[in-house]
Amino acid sequence: MASSTEARRADALAGLRDGLPVLLGTVPYALVMGVAAASAGLTVPQAAGLSAFVFAGLSQLAAVDLLGQGASVVVVVSTALIINARFAMYSASIAPHLERLGRAWRWLCPFFLIGPVYAVALSAYEDDRPAHYGWYMLGLAVPSWLVWIGGTAVGLVLGAGIPEEWQLGFAVPLVFIAIVTQFIDDLGTVVAAVVAGGVSVGVTGLPFGLGLLVAGVVGILAGAVVERAGAGGEP
Amino acid sequence: MSAAGPLVWVAVVAIALGTWAFRASFVFLFGYLDEVPPWVDRTLRFIPPAIIAAIILPRLLVVDGSVAIDPANERLVAGAAAFLVAWYTEDMFATIAAGMVVLWVIVFLL
Repeated sequence: MASSTEARRADALAGLRDGLPVLLGTVPYALVMGVAAASAGLTVPQAAGLSAFVFAGLSQLAAVDLLGQGASVVVVVSTALIINARFAMYSASIAPHLERLGRAWRWLCPFFLIGPVYAVALSAYEDDRPAHYGWYMLGLAVPSWLVWIGGTAVGLVLGAGIPEEWQLGFAVPLVFIAIVTQFIDDLGTVVAAVVAGGVSVGVTGLPFGLGLLVAGVVGILAGAVVERAGAGGEP
Repeated sequence: MSAAGPLVWVAVVAIALGTWAFRASFVFLFGYLDEVPPWVDRTLRFIPPAIIAAIILPRLLVVDGSVAIDPANERLVAGAAAFLVAWYTEDMFATIAAGMVVLWVIVFLL
């Protein structure tokens, strides 16, 4: 029994160590999340709850942005889930490694799959480093999850206290600018971004916050079409 | 402009369940479906750049309801500076800092 506790602790600590860069990267992002929630008029429990239960920054920022504009709940949820559909890719690549775990672990571990956590966990699993994949995941992800929740609350309180003329809400598009560059890596993704961005500027008048969804879908299709044309004879 | 409390919680719960379902999907599908079908994979790839750009651009380009592409639009200038920093450093903190500083310099000093 004692040795098993030792082993769990070793796995969790290894996860914690590997997750430190993820943890540090979470701090500014979480603060901005809170600032965005403040400008949308969310309460601390609402904002912290969103961070605690969803744990997916992009979709949360988009959802909060739409809520602040008074978008309908259906549009808010649809937009957030379209953004998070990409997690199915992470799920597919990490699932074979979680096979060895019991049911409760297999339900729990995927909850923590944000991009950086996924990348770190996959590399550890592929080397078969942790003795227990679940405890490693908890050590890796739970600190970032807690910082994400706490940072959101702190950001909300700070954001609400800083005068309007400092335009702290502008940090939200800046976070998106920092992230979008990670997803632009070929012609298809450039076209998707440029087309969606262009369309979104033209449809800002659409009701219920539908503009973002419309622009996003047009951009995604444009990227797919360009890639298909570029692929030519490839199978 | 606070959204009604209960509706916010409805959105939180629905997004949370849906997001977890995407993350857990292949843990449960595994055995039926060994990998994401290639066309799904290719399409998913375009979602983040498209949606993110669609969130960013109106916030940089639209001022008081009309499109403003000129140097007097401080958000456009600050956003462009942030994009360059993001592109070369790939660092979120540096990107936010650059964008906010440029914005504050224009608003408070110029």
